[in-house]
Amino acid sequence: MGDFYIGLVLVPMTIGALAAVSCALLGNFLVLRKQSLMGDAVSHVVLPGIVVAFIVTGSISVWPMLLGAAAAALISALLIELVRNLGKVEPGAAMGVVFTALFALGVVLLEQSDTRQVHFDVEHALYGNLESLVWLSGMDAQSLFDRQALADLPPQLARLALALVAVVIFLIAFWRQLVVSTFDPVFAQATGVPVRLVGAALISLVAIVAVTAFEAVGAIITIAMLICPAAAARLMTNRLIPQLLWSVLFALLSAVVGFWAAGSGMALIGSGFSVSAAGMIAAVSGIILAACALAAPQRRGAAG
Amino acid sequence: MFDISAFVDALTFRAGYNTAIVAIGAILLGWAGGTVGTYLLLRQRSLVSDALSHATLPGVGVAFLVMAWFGGSGRFLPGLLLGAAISAMIGLACVEWLTRRTRLKSDAAIGAVLSSFFGLGIVLLTVIQSLGIGRQAGIGSFLLGSTSGMLRNEAYTLAALALFVAFLVFVFRRPLTLVCFDETFARTSGIDIRRTDLLLMFLVMAVTVTGLRIVGLILVVALLIIPPVAARFWTEKTGTMIVASGLIGAASGFVGTALSASVPNFPAGPVIVLVAAVLFALSLLFAPARGVFYGLYRARAFSRKVHRRQGLLAILRGEAIYDHDTLKVLRSEKLIHGDGTPTRAGLDAAETAAREEALWTIYARNNPDAANRAARMRLDPIAERLTAGEIAELERQFAGPSGVLPAR
Repeated sequence: MGDFYIGLVLVPMTIGALAAVSCALLGNFLVLRKQSLMGDAVSHVVLPGIVVAFIVTGSISVWPMLLGAAAAALISALLIELVRNLGKVEPGAAMGVVFTALFALGVVLLEQSDTRQVHFDVEHALYGNLESLVWLSGMDAQSLFDRQALADLPPQLARLALALVAVVIFLIAFWRQLVVSTFDPVFAQATGVPVRLVGAALISLVAIVAVTAFEAVGAIITIAMLICPAAAARLMTNRLIPQLLWSVLFALLSAVVGFWAAGSGMALIGSGFSVSAAGMIAAVSGIILAACALAAPQRRGAAG
Repeated sequence: MFDISAFVDALTFRAGYNTAIVAIGAILLGWAGGTVGTYLLLRQRSLVSDALSHATLPGVGVAFLVMAWFGGSGRFLPGLLLGAAISAMIGLACVEWLTRRTRLKSDAAIGAVLSSFFGLGIVLLTVIQSLGIGRQAGIGSFLLGSTSGMLRNEAYTLAALALFVAFLVFVFRRPLTLVCFDETFARTSGIDIRRTDLLLMFLVMAVTVTGLRIVGLILVVALLIIPPVAARFWTEKTGTMIVASGLIGAASGFVGTALSASVPNFPAGPVIVLVAAVLFALSLLFAPARGVFYGLYRARAFSRKVHRRQGLLAILRGEAIYDHDTLKVLRSEKLIHGDGTPTRAGLDAAETAAREEALWTIYARNNPDAANRAARMRLDPIAERLTAGEIAELERQFAGPSGVLPAR
């Protein structure tokens, strides 16, 4: 490992961990509100948003893409509501209609537009390329204090850190409203909490995090981290704050173990190649959930 | 860019032998997907198919590795599809296990299985890529599907599979319909609900696996979800909905493959899904049973009837009418003159309205159970809603034994 450890391992691992923790924190509320699959839907519709932003601006600069993706996420949330109300179908089916249609639109637009020279394809959108987010100036511990070297850090690191800060601020600022409207929406409504607004804010924040994470690590980590750590944490405890802490722990564990297993771990078992870190992180989070489902203290609920 | 003659060729199965075979496969697949999807929607399990389809990926990867290990071509389609089917079953079992054995709800179980199986699949794909065994191009097309460059054998396999799935759906449609329509009745007529649900899941798996290579695993759920939700706007009846959904699915498969064959860079999978989405949007807007425009039209027609009736009753009581909309309705039917005084026809209509209003009141009193229905019907001419015998009876009660108007 040696000199390149910080730049080649720690930086991408931190990026993965930041994405994982932001998603996991919000995921707790999605799981409790039985809205887990909103995360799935939002992560899919980010693709058409990005493609449309690319077609409109003709460049792959970051801000238009983030804006396009966020707009697509909000439009899809509105469409899902519309289909659900007009068609009187279960939310899952409405979601399925909207996100497959928009994702298909994204793929067709991508194929029709000339994006090949900018190297952006659906595979990249799905599982990102965490391994490439390296910090080549990060030779040793000293470069952590070297301003010039720090400027070379992958910009995704700062963006994901900002997203995490936004999530934490949101949770602290609207904690009471969020908790009440999650556990007892009727009571919340009666005591004047704007339940629908809180729900919309939660989904918007999921969209923002999904977009930021998506650009760095792909959709698959986003979906896995929105659901698996929170679901596993739900099986550990009946109390909300411990559940949040467990989910953060599981998210970190998935990111670190997954990233390690994808790179160095493969080398340990004697194979000369590495595999997709995003895929491995998602798979590890699934394994953690499976372990919790087998042995966690609260896996059967309050009675068990 | 869009070549109409190429499109017509594709629609009439003349755009090449492979394309024709794939198109037939897509039509059968679309029909099977739409039909099975309706049962899935009625059982409220639409998104289970999303977990199933994503869970196929590790199986495809393992099957490729195993076949390559034994020296065969990893691209052998039936082998890959068998692997996909096995891992889809495992994924489904995991969803069932998580929802039955833990406190997690089905949405969390579906999302967890979907993402972790898909992650594992991606890991396997990158293993295959870095092993550099031959042409792994066939595997990438499982993500988003592709029909271009499909071998003839593959086209035959898919068309045959689609035919088989469509056949199974046709054979088992009765027990499935019964269970979806009325679970209690199905149970008393000796149908094993649990086994029928398993059968349904098997059919969902079969549609998913068959659709993998054409539509791709991310979008194949669209074949199961979009047609039934679209069909819902056309009818309130389960039986009709199943037929409509199958037709919408088949049409999507047909038009989608034809478009894909005649336009460059138009991948079949997403295009089929987009055609289904367009049919969905048209249904949402224009379908007669629940479509937006028809709903607006009905609301307008209803409000017109209310204005007409209120206006006529006011005429009869000799009251002046001030409401602008009421005046407009009455004027358009020439029931009042421009200055607001009733015409001859208006006076006649007012008397008819008063008589029918009174008869309906008696009807509502006689049939308290049908109060809701009566409230909706009472704005229509009574002869259109009740039989002559019923009306005669109401009129007899209206006059009363003494021939005097009964008290309200």
